[in-house]
Amino acid sequence: MKKLLIALVTLVPSLAFAAGGSNVPLESANIDLRDTESLQRGLDKFQQYCAGCHSQQYQRYNRVAEDLDISIEDMRNNYMFDETAKVGDLMENAIPDADAAKWFGAAPPDLTLVARVRGEDWIYTYLKSFYRDDSRPFGVNNTVFPSVGMPHVMEELQGLPEPVVESHDGMTKVTGVKPGTAGSLSAEEYDQVVRDITGYLVYSGDPVKLERESLGWWVMGFLFIFFIVAYLLKKEYWRDVH
Amino acid sequence: MSNAPVDTGRRRFLTAATAVVGGAGAVAVAVPFIKSWNPSAKAKAAGAPVEVNISKLEPGQLIRVEWRGKPVWVVRRTDEIINGLAKLDNQLRDPASNEEQQPDYAQNAVRSIKPEYFIAVGLCTHLGCSPTYLPDTFGEQVEGVASGFFCPCHGSKFDMAGRVFQGVPAPLNLVVPPHQYIDDGNVIIGVDQGAA
Amino acid sequence: MVKNIIDWIDARIPMTATYNRHVGKYATPTNFNFWYFFGSLAMLVLVNQLLTGIWLTMNYVPTAEGAFASIEYIMRDVEYGWLLRYMHSTGASAFFVVIYLHMFRGLIYGSYQKPRELLWLFGMLIFLVLMAEAFMGYLLPWGQMSYWGAQVIISLFGAIPVIGDDLTLWIRGDFVVSGATLNRFFALHVIALPLVLVVLVFLHLIALHEVGSNNPDGIEIKQNKDENGWPKDGIPFHPYYTVKDIMGVAGFLIVFCYVLFFMPEGGGYFLEKPNFEAANPMKTPEHIAPVWYFTPFYAILRAIPDKLLGVVGMGLAIAVLFVLPWLDRCKVKSIRYRSMIHKLNISQFAVSFVVLGYLGAVPATPALTIAARIFTLTYFGFFVALWVYSKNEKTKPVPERLTH
Repeated sequence: MKKLLIALVTLVPSLAFAAGGSNVPLESANIDLRDTESLQRGLDKFQQYCAGCHSQQYQRYNRVAEDLDISIEDMRNNYMFDETAKVGDLMENAIPDADAAKWFGAAPPDLTLVARVRGEDWIYTYLKSFYRDDSRPFGVNNTVFPSVGMPHVMEELQGLPEPVVESHDGMTKVTGVKPGTAGSLSAEEYDQVVRDITGYLVYSGDPVKLERESLGWWVMGFLFIFFIVAYLLKKEYWRDVH
Repeated sequence: MSNAPVDTGRRRFLTAATAVVGGAGAVAVAVPFIKSWNPSAKAKAAGAPVEVNISKLEPGQLIRVEWRGKPVWVVRRTDEIINGLAKLDNQLRDPASNEEQQPDYAQNAVRSIKPEYFIAVGLCTHLGCSPTYLPDTFGEQVEGVASGFFCPCHGSKFDMAGRVFQGVPAPLNLVVPPHQYIDDGNVIIGVDQGAA
Repeated sequence: MVKNIIDWIDARIPMTATYNRHVGKYATPTNFNFWYFFGSLAMLVLVNQLLTGIWLTMNYVPTAEGAFASIEYIMRDVEYGWLLRYMHSTGASAFFVVIYLHMFRGLIYGSYQKPRELLWLFGMLIFLVLMAEAFMGYLLPWGQMSYWGAQVIISLFGAIPVIGDDLTLWIRGDFVVSGATLNRFFALHVIALPLVLVVLVFLHLIALHEVGSNNPDGIEIKQNKDENGWPKDGIPFHPYYTVKDIMGVAGFLIVFCYVLFFMPEGGGYFLEKPNFEAANPMKTPEHIAPVWYFTPFYAILRAIPDKLLGVVGMGLAIAVLFVLPWLDRCKVKSIRYRSMIHKLNISQFAVSFVVLGYLGAVPATPALTIAARIFTLTYFGFFVALWVYSKNEKTKPVPERLTH
């Protein structure tokens, strides 16, 4: 417990810096929540590369299956690693927080709502912006999240980019990444993987968005009719006054 | 105020139109408030079917499992009990289980799929208390019947097939929940026999 | 049949008389304009907050361990829970939009002046309670912004000499904001303050109907009555203003529902991004800003480079509004018939308020801090100047009857 506290406290400054300290321009994620296949691939990759450490403890397997057009059997067979979990359970995972804190310095945050905290473009850019930095514990750093506390989990797909360093008045600064070692995917393919994951996370953050907006149009339509009727009524009565 | 003649018909029509449209809106607004009282995804998940291992059940033993938050009993009946059920028919309200208190596949003399195992929701059909299982001392309640269920709240009595006795407040037999056997030792409560 | 029932009730409580006094035969000036929608809209939003609030408590868990997750539970697991929650969160911002515009209306048409001083005071009390209500409500989701916002605002009380530290400890019930704070804020937010609010709204309306509504001309319609004692420039509230307000409600709902369904975060101003992260007492978000409706006062707090004076300045910015009826010594109410200097003064006040609101929402830089100081001065300058020039203000002649 004490160790955890110390780890957390020492991490506070770096996290605080990390979250706001980057000025790297973000790339546009261009995700489409209606592209169910992309979201399905995103879930697939998320469960493969992210869910080992990050929970999504505010959403349920069966809801995700339903929203993403996946059968309950597929969900159970491919994406539920916990044998004792039920399909109606929350997507909790994984490793206990205390262990995680020991390995990574801090417990990996829950990612259900990350898209609402960071924004889709941030996630998209972040996942593309790991670069080699031998001074870091995992040998990688990130341009939009300096001193990042996690490894580049998708290195096998992307390869490991090299930093683009610029010097200004004797100060060096990493301003971007350039291709380094090769991964199993081309740059375009990797972008699509990242876009899929980002899309899935945007869905997770706000699963009701599409339903909300389609209901919203009905409500707007209704209100316009109501307004017109109310306006005519008002005008009719106010003929007395004017 | 101007003295122009009032077009009462138009006025009445527009008032009615606004009232109807506004009323429809009010009804629509009520929908989310009403629907939010339905069981949530969490409640539904908690109400998912439960699997029970019955292979270790001793004759005469009752175990309770929770399904949808309710106590569900699984009792292993002895041959003696099973054979004794038919003798009680004239003391019961609904001996043939004509009321729909059980799935079709449990609408039989013993109110179960396998005579040996009786499965029921352990809530009295009177006001929802959970009756007490009296494996040996039920004779104090109904003379000559060794075992049964007695509700401590208002004194309703049920036999070993959950059938209600006459002259007690409870109107109906105990509910038999949907269930199916996966194999000899395991039963799922909450899924009908024959359902996927 | 219906008449018999009404007679039966009227013999026992003054139902019909009350209806006539406040609605059916309440004499309302004929010339209400756009600005007069916001009173009835404030009522609408209040009802929305009460109803959705009651429904939210049905699933909300007021504990430090459960609060954040229970909000997501409402948003995801409860049928239409997301709608109820967004109605409440959007409603909170809408409440302040409506109230600020309602107050501005009072300001430009002199609705605070004699004989409506008490009406204004009740209104100001409503505003004060509403701010407390909103502040406590904002803690309940137990996100990062809830937590650190509460931490900062409660710490303001620490600026009070001698008792400050003990006071903050007492308010929190712990050494930092914690579950104890959450529980008491929950109790105040859902029970105590709404009760006070409803009582104050009732008194506000009683006070209004006693003296009668002001209007854009700022003249008293009661002073010009016909032979039946009915004001010549008055019309009964029902049906004329009921139908007009219904139209106003429809128009308002179009805007409200657009935000609700298509941008419930209000661009990060209605629901702030860091609040989608559960409260973490070990880590402050890099940029703390209160919700937009507090930012004008927050900017004043930040502009003053002294902890105690900053808090005093912020308090004064609200308190000075209470004495507005006595600061304005002019007998003419409406901006229509007042001097150019008054028009300019009100305009600069509105600009100051909006600019301060912006400055309170963005991170402070040296240049922006200087700007905040200037606009703090002009904010208070409005009241000082008003007091000075209103004594012998050059006004235009006020008409006898309403103009349109």
